[in-house]
Amino acid sequence: MNNLDQIFVYAKYWLLSQLPGGVQSLVSIVLDIIAIIAVFGTCFALTTILERKGLGRIQNRYGPNRVGPCGLLQPMADAIKMLTKEDIVPFAADKVVHYLAPLVLTVPIWLAFSVIPFGREMSAIDLDAGVLFFFAVGGASELAVFMAGWSSRNKYSLVGAMRAIAQMISYEVPLVLATIPVIMLSGSLNLNKIVEAQSGYAFGVAQWNVFTPWGFAGFFLFLIAATAESNRSPFDLPEGESEIIAGFLTEYSGFKYALFFLGEYLGLFAVTALSVTLFLGGWHAPLQVLEFLPSWFCFFVKFAAIIAVFIWVRGTVPRLRFDQLLNFSWRFLVPLTLVNLLVAVVWHFTSLGAGLDQSLRWLISAAMIVPAYVYFGRALSPNRPTRIYQYAE
Amino acid sequence: MLGSGIIKGMVETARNFFGSYVSRERLTTVQYPEQQLAPHENARTIPLLVYDGDMEHLRCTACGICEMECPAQCIYIVKDTVKKSDYLGRMQFQPRVFDIDISVCMACGICAEVCPFDSIMMDQVFALSTQNRFSGLLLHKEDLAKANGYFHAIHPSDAGDIDARRDEDKRKAEAKAKAAVAAKAAAAIKSSEASAKQVEVAA
Amino acid sequence: MPNNISFYIFAVGVLATATAAMRLRNPVHCALAAAAAFAGLAVIYFQLDAEFISFAQLLIYVGAISILVIFAVLLTRGSDIQPGVELASPHWLTGLAIAVLVAFVIAVPVCSSSFGEKIAPKMTVAPVKLIGEELMTRYLFPLETMGLLLTVALIGAAVIALREPEESEIRNPKSEIRKQPTTEELVAEVQP
Repeated sequence: MNNLDQIFVYAKYWLLSQLPGGVQSLVSIVLDIIAIIAVFGTCFALTTILERKGLGRIQNRYGPNRVGPCGLLQPMADAIKMLTKEDIVPFAADKVVHYLAPLVLTVPIWLAFSVIPFGREMSAIDLDAGVLFFFAVGGASELAVFMAGWSSRNKYSLVGAMRAIAQMISYEVPLVLATIPVIMLSGSLNLNKIVEAQSGYAFGVAQWNVFTPWGFAGFFLFLIAATAESNRSPFDLPEGESEIIAGFLTEYSGFKYALFFLGEYLGLFAVTALSVTLFLGGWHAPLQVLEFLPSWFCFFVKFAAIIAVFIWVRGTVPRLRFDQLLNFSWRFLVPLTLVNLLVAVVWHFTSLGAGLDQSLRWLISAAMIVPAYVYFGRALSPNRPTRIYQYAE
Repeated sequence: MLGSGIIKGMVETARNFFGSYVSRERLTTVQYPEQQLAPHENARTIPLLVYDGDMEHLRCTACGICEMECPAQCIYIVKDTVKKSDYLGRMQFQPRVFDIDISVCMACGICAEVCPFDSIMMDQVFALSTQNRFSGLLLHKEDLAKANGYFHAIHPSDAGDIDARRDEDKRKAEAKAKAAVAAKAAAAIKSSEASAKQVEVAA
Repeated sequence: MPNNISFYIFAVGVLATATAAMRLRNPVHCALAAAAAFAGLAVIYFQLDAEFISFAQLLIYVGAISILVIFAVLLTRGSDIQPGVELASPHWLTGLAIAVLVAFVIAVPVCSSSFGEKIAPKMTVAPVKLIGEELMTRYLFPLETMGLLLTVALIGAAVIALREPEESEIRNPKSEIRKQPTTEELVAEVQP
């Protein structure tokens, strides 16, 4: 059981022990990098095909089912198609910036995976300020999107880039504010310590952050902000095909477009992995009886579940208008995350020797968060007079 | 309250997702190359030329009306030099060349509309892609000519009407010919009788 | 040793991008070069085991300040290169004076410190927790002052941005909508 849990760690140490001492540290780093790129590269390929199939089923279609068994080789076909396409650079484009933009988007996002614990003893670097590092490297994606949109010398690209920056800056605030309660209550910016803080079982059920009132609210706020941060539907305004062609991607083709595509999905994976770590107990099993499962298996099951929710939301919700998008962030998410911060503080101090009943603590927290939700939700959709249609109906 | 609409929508899409695995009726997609829907009777794509019996009996008389009317000007006809007897026994020309450039043809059906000989009709083929975009898309008389049976198969009611009319015409023409032959014979008998009488009188 | 090599690589990179930020003709290129210089500085901080300040540098300078600069450039002058604008300012003497002043301000503490003497640092890595505690106890007053300043700036920006349009400036949308003629009116118009 323990062997299966640590199989990858043992495999790495066995491999390193076969090598001379001088290169061991270097090879160790390279192995970590290869593991992350291989796992999340595969995840990317699988997600593209499963997303298309899932969206198809939501729309009562089959989805891709031509290439390979059940269409599972579709990513291969897509990759071959992408890589053999002509790489077109517009005549008026700023060549250097146009070339650099996909790299600036994709490379930092790989870095974000290095701090996430994928299993017991399975994080590439154990940084003291891991959460901060995650958001710091994520900051480069805004710059990359701007570079792509500006260098293309295309109105639609620039509009898409401006939308993307406004959206990403607006949603980074609730994203970070939603993580602050977790950091406060676990007392560390280190992701390994945050996972440790969620260990232990009460009545056979894990003590994850999501099973507390502030964690529950924070989890959903985090997921909404993460959807917007990774430019996914319903917040895919920067690319809004029906409005601005493909936004900042308009002038990209071939390999560069594939890199943007990859970067977008990797960004999604990164925030998903972070949300699993922060709220869903990282690699801990949900029930005590399931503790025999390998830790990495638990992590990836949760990871896949959240990705499935993202696909489900994409198949359901239509795109927002831009003013709705900004109002939603500043008038709804940000106040709610601040209220959630307060809830976390109350939760923390009621546990210290006050001897309060669990249900009473829940009640107090709910009394704070639910009215706030209703109030800000109502403020978001003002009561307009019923529209009278002249011709419809 | 905010969010209730989203939850309703999520439930609906989830129902679609699982329902598409359970009930077959939800999946309306046709798996095209393996599974094909029969085309609707009124479906029409490119023109065809109907013949009765064999290729020698094309209904087309190379009159050139379709060539003139075609808005895309994709029909090219050259008349033959010898006349052949048509189904009514009249001597008619036939086309030596009858080409349609289907890369230009827009499937409007005006040629079929104006044809007075029920010859040019609309086909239902649609898998017309080819390796050669020039000669592959220029259809000749041999490619366009289709038997009346084929026409019956794709447009049964139209073909039935046309055949009934043509049979009627043929019957009338035959009756007329018969009557003419009978009249001729009668006239011949009369004249022979008359000449016999004359002979008698002379005798 | 490898740490030294990478330090020199990044140091040269920071200097090069910083020079580019001053010398390039296109203001957007300058802003991007400045962002690259900020990122390079963050790497150097990281090599000096100053994790927290390195990530803060990345988050604030690359993620926010450079975007702000780019927005400012695009919203004001645009990215076009103005003809006839000299890179070297005619007021170079003033600039030189300021540069000397800044160099002096930096040089005084550097020279007065134990520069050049090889002393083992007391603590290699400053834990984030310690930084937080210090900020909340010893440096509470500067922190709160900065916070107040930023709040004032934020509210000021919001007040400037939120200027309500005058009553006369608001167009009345109702007067602009033409009334749709009813079916009876249309019929009456057609029939003489």
